[in-house]
Amino acid sequence: MNEEATQQLVTRPQAAASTLPPAAPKMTIRNLDFYYGKFQGLKNINLEIGERRVTAFIGPSGCGKSTLLRTFNRMYSLYPGQRATGEIMFNGRNMLESRVDLNMLRAKIGMVFQKPTPFPMSIYDNIAFGVRLYESLSQRDMDERVEWALTKAAMWDEAKDKLKQSGMALSGGQQQRLCIARAVAVKPEVLLLDEPTSALDPISTAKIEELITELKSDYTIAIVTHNMQQAARVSDYTAYMYLGELIEFGETDQIFLKPKRKETEDYITGRFG
Amino acid sequence: MIDLYTRRVAVNRFNLVMSLATMGFGMFFLLWILGVLFYQGFTALSPSLFTQMTPPPGSAGGLANAIVGSVLIVVVATFISTPIGILAGIYLAEYGKSGTIAKSTRFINDILLSAPSIVIGLFVYTIYVAEVNHFSGWAGSVALGLIAVPVVVRTTENMLLLVPNSLREAAVALGAPMWKVILMVTLKAVRGGVITGILLAVARMSGETAPLLFTALNNQFFSLNMNAPMANLPVVIFQFALSPYDDWRVLAWAGALLITLTVLVINILARSVFRQSAVR
Repeated sequence: MNEEATQQLVTRPQAAASTLPPAAPKMTIRNLDFYYGKFQGLKNINLEIGERRVTAFIGPSGCGKSTLLRTFNRMYSLYPGQRATGEIMFNGRNMLESRVDLNMLRAKIGMVFQKPTPFPMSIYDNIAFGVRLYESLSQRDMDERVEWALTKAAMWDEAKDKLKQSGMALSGGQQQRLCIARAVAVKPEVLLLDEPTSALDPISTAKIEELITELKSDYTIAIVTHNMQQAARVSDYTAYMYLGELIEFGETDQIFLKPKRKETEDYITGRFG
Repeated sequence: MIDLYTRRVAVNRFNLVMSLATMGFGMFFLLWILGVLFYQGFTALSPSLFTQMTPPPGSAGGLANAIVGSVLIVVVATFISTPIGILAGIYLAEYGKSGTIAKSTRFINDILLSAPSIVIGLFVYTIYVAEVNHFSGWAGSVALGLIAVPVVVRTTENMLLLVPNSLREAAVALGAPMWKVILMVTLKAVRGGVITGILLAVARMSGETAPLLFTALNNQFFSLNMNAPMANLPVVIFQFALSPYDDWRVLAWAGALLITLTVLVINILARSVFRQSAVR
C-alpha cells in the first residue's frame, strides 16, 4: 500500500499514533442479521458504538451501511417485510425486541438523512416540532431551545432574522443544517447521520463536518459516508462493509493506515473492483 | 433516404391535422353549449333574481329561495363528506397501503366515483325519505355528500402518495407517533392538493340534479328548515325548463348560468390554490 497517498488522505496531525482514550460502548450490536423479505441485507454484524465518539461506516453502494444505520433506530419497522434478528443493546435493553416503544427509542436516537427534509412549516416550528413531542416548555424556554439548537448547527446567524419563514425556502445546505438542528434540539443520546453531506456543496460540507466534530463532545455519532476523506477527517472509528458483511472495524487511523484486511486496503486505495 | 423522410413528414402532418380536427369538433360543441347558455342566461339576469322567490306561472319572480337552498344543501354536504373522505384517504395512503382492506376499499370507492347519481338519490330516498315520509334538505345533503365522498377520498389519497417517504421518515425519526406525523407533516405538505379535491367535489355537487329530485325536492317558498323540502337550483331548472311558461324558462336559463359560473369560479379557485401550494 502506498503510504504517502494514505498520509495525504488522513489530514489529522496525530495520524498514525493510537491516541484515543478507550470509550464506553453506547450501543452493542451482536449477531445482527437483516432481511428485506427473503434477501439478507446484513450478515452477522458485531460491533460496538463508542460513547461520545464518531463511528464512520464506509463501503461501496449497496453494501448495507445505510441498512445498518436504519436498524439502530428501527426505521425499517415502518416497512412490512423488513426485519432484523440479533441484538442491539442500548441502555441495557435489546432494541430489536417487539415490545420496545419505538417513539421513545427514536426520540433518543436521532437521525439526519441524505436529502434535506424540512417540514412544511416555519424554521422555528421545524425545530419546535420535535421538542414539543416530549417536553412542554414555556414560550421563553422554547425560544431558547430553538436558538441553542440553531447555534449548535451553525445556523443561528443565518436564521435568526427569518425564524417565521418557511424552512423550505432555505438553500440546500441551510436546509440540511436545519435538519441537524432539529435532530439536536430534542437532545438525543445518539445521532445517526446517513450521508448527510452527499447533496451539498464543499462549503456546506465543511460546515457540517466542523459541526460533527463539535457535537462529538455531547453526542454519540454514527455516520454513513461515501466520501473516504470525510470518514478520515471526522471519525474516531471506521467500519468497512461489503455485501452486507462487516469486513473490518477499528480506529480510523488504523483502518486508513494499516488495514488488516486486503479488501479494506483495496477499497481505501481505490483499487476496489 | 429522402423518401423515408418525406413519408415521415407527411404522416406527421396527417396526424396533426386529424388531432386538430377532432379537437375542433369537441370544442365546437362545447362552445355552442356555452354560447347558448351565456346568450340566454345573460338576457335573463336581473337583480330581482337574488331578491325574489320562485314565482307561480305568469308572475314576476326570482331564484332567491333556490340559491339559498342550494348553498345550504351543498355546504352541509361538504361538512358531511369532507371529514369522511379525508380520513378514508389517510387510511388508504398511510395505513392500508396495499393490504386487502385497502384494496377492496379502493375498488368500491372507484365504483362509487362513477356510480350514476340517480342511483345514489334513489338509495337515500329508500333508506331515509321513505322512512320518515317527507322530503328534506338533510336528505339532499346526505345524497350530495355520498357523491362527494369518493372524490375527496381519491384526491386525498393521491395527494398523500405524492409526499416522499423521506419526509415521513424524518418526522418518525424525531420520535413522533404516526398520527402526529400525518396531521402535522404529511397532510400539511399537501393541504393545497386536498383543498383542491374538496373544491372539485363542491363543483361536482353544485350541478347534481337527480339525487336532489329524490331527496330535497323543491319548495315554492323561502325556507331555512333543513328538515323540510327545500328549493335548490338544479331541481328548479329541471322543473322550469320543462314547463310551457316563458317566464319560467327564462328563470331556468338564469339558474343554469349561475351554476355554470359558480362551477367555473370554483375550478379557477381550485387551480390557483393548487398552483400556489405547488410553487411553495
